[in-house]
Amino acid sequence: MASTSMIVTRGLRKSFRGTPVLENLNIDVARGEIFALLGPNGAGKTTTVNILTTLLKPDAGTASIAGIDVVHDPAAARAALSLTGQFAAVDPFQSGAENLAMMARLAHLGRKSARIRTAELLEQFDLEGAAGRLASTYSGGMRRRLDLAISLLAAPPVVFLDEPTTGLDPRSRNQMWSVVRELTAGGTTILLTTQYLEEADQLADSVAVLNHGTVVATGSPAELKAGLNGDRVELTFETDVAYAGARRLDFGAAAVFDDERSAVSVPSSAPVATTRELLALADRHGLAVSNISLLKPTLDDVFLHLTGAIGSDTVSNAEEAAA
Amino acid sequence: MTTATQFARPTNRPFLDIGAMILRESRRTIRSIDMLVTGLALPALIMCVFVIVFGGAAQRDGHYIQYVVPAILILCAGFGSAMTAVTVAKDMRGGIIDRFRTMPIFGGSVLVGHVAASVIRNLISSVVVIGVAVLLGFRPSADLAHWVLALLYLAFTITAFTWLCCAAGLLLSEEAAGSVNFVFLFLPYVSSGFVPIDTMPSWLHGFANAQPFTPITETMRAFINNTSPGTNGWLALAWLGGVLVVGYGASLILFRRRVNS
Repeated sequence: MASTSMIVTRGLRKSFRGTPVLENLNIDVARGEIFALLGPNGAGKTTTVNILTTLLKPDAGTASIAGIDVVHDPAAARAALSLTGQFAAVDPFQSGAENLAMMARLAHLGRKSARIRTAELLEQFDLEGAAGRLASTYSGGMRRRLDLAISLLAAPPVVFLDEPTTGLDPRSRNQMWSVVRELTAGGTTILLTTQYLEEADQLADSVAVLNHGTVVATGSPAELKAGLNGDRVELTFETDVAYAGARRLDFGAAAVFDDERSAVSVPSSAPVATTRELLALADRHGLAVSNISLLKPTLDDVFLHLTGAIGSDTVSNAEEAAA
Repeated sequence: MTTATQFARPTNRPFLDIGAMILRESRRTIRSIDMLVTGLALPALIMCVFVIVFGGAAQRDGHYIQYVVPAILILCAGFGSAMTAVTVAKDMRGGIIDRFRTMPIFGGSVLVGHVAASVIRNLISSVVVIGVAVLLGFRPSADLAHWVLALLYLAFTITAFTWLCCAAGLLLSEEAAGSVNFVFLFLPYVSSGFVPIDTMPSWLHGFANAQPFTPITETMRAFINNTSPGTNGWLALAWLGGVLVVGYGASLILFRRRVNS
């Protein structure tokens, strides 16, 4: 397994001042894959990234990048990875080109390859026009792109992106996503952390959902969503009287009533058909409907769904580590 | 894209790394109006204030400038070194320190860059201060050998002060790091640097005699006056050596322990 996996952790543990942040974390990321660590704040995403990028030492367990043990040989691991963290690692007092040139020098690229690589990246990241300007004049999206460009100077085989699009406007986020997708075309392995299910959905080949420092679910985005009840159709009634009437009807066992908003929602794999059925039902009973919405599964739903499964998952992970 | 198998070489090239970091810090200085004013204009202004405004009262014969120049050099060295606390704290707040720490480069090169740039910046501002002093009538009696000693000693002082400020910058928030310079701005006043200790109230004598800025300034004064600093020289070396060891050691520990959470 180790030969095809570019990122492997086994039984990873870390506590801060007695508070466990990672408890027995096991992940496997295949070469050329985009792997998303999905979880709320405090789930242990950044801690995992920090251990894998040699910034932190784990209390127990092993972690390796491209077959290199990051705890025992951090120097070799650093040559195989790059980190783009949550905070911009770009000097505002240097221009885009100067930032790249400095990092190329630090990556020991050599003058000629540094120049070629810098030009390549400026073009790839659509920063040619702004290359001579101080980074302090860049927009948030440009700064992220420069940041990512810098991290790719030495063409590392494993790239870590810690919340790459947090705080970006939708246009910059889409731009960032397409850049990340292009990377894997060259065989780069990417581990990204995100709080957004949509981001994982758009980018990731596989996802690990993290909660309280353990992986509570893994799989492709489609598999994860299949584990949920999927989309729901929600009807909102015009009056309290209509809602009271609706409460007496049979919308199926999985229906959820929301008294405050006078709404009912039911799970649906075919939203159009379900909507027709629901409207017909309401019509037959003369209940006035004021709004129809399609509810997509959110990160909240994933967690609500997964909290019930945490116990059993933890046990199976522990067994796996013991075996 | 070039092939993904082309790893960065984990070569040990500390001088190359430090060179890149010095260039980085020099750019920061040159491009920041704040740092230029604090680093160059302020020391010259302090020189003028002491000589022109206070000078007459301090010594009516107009020789105060001969007395006060060494003290102002030390004060400005400390004040200028304190800027490093701010620049290091700024680095810590962003993501660049973590980026450096995950690159296959010489570990402390970013800090060495900060310190080396501080030494260069402060030596330049010392030359400006001396230039202004000469314009205002300062006539040092030091020969070439003593000038060389004075400059080496000044560089050593700045290095020691800057490592301490570097540790402060690693420890403190950017706002708190901004007030580190008060230590260097006020402590020297209660030493023999600006006025002889016997002119101070007697309850201050103990502190003024014992505190490091007295031997540190007296050593500078001895070199500029073309004499040997004697005991003060050894005391100053011991203090500065201690500051250097503590500042450097604390910086390395804080840098390694840095946790981004």
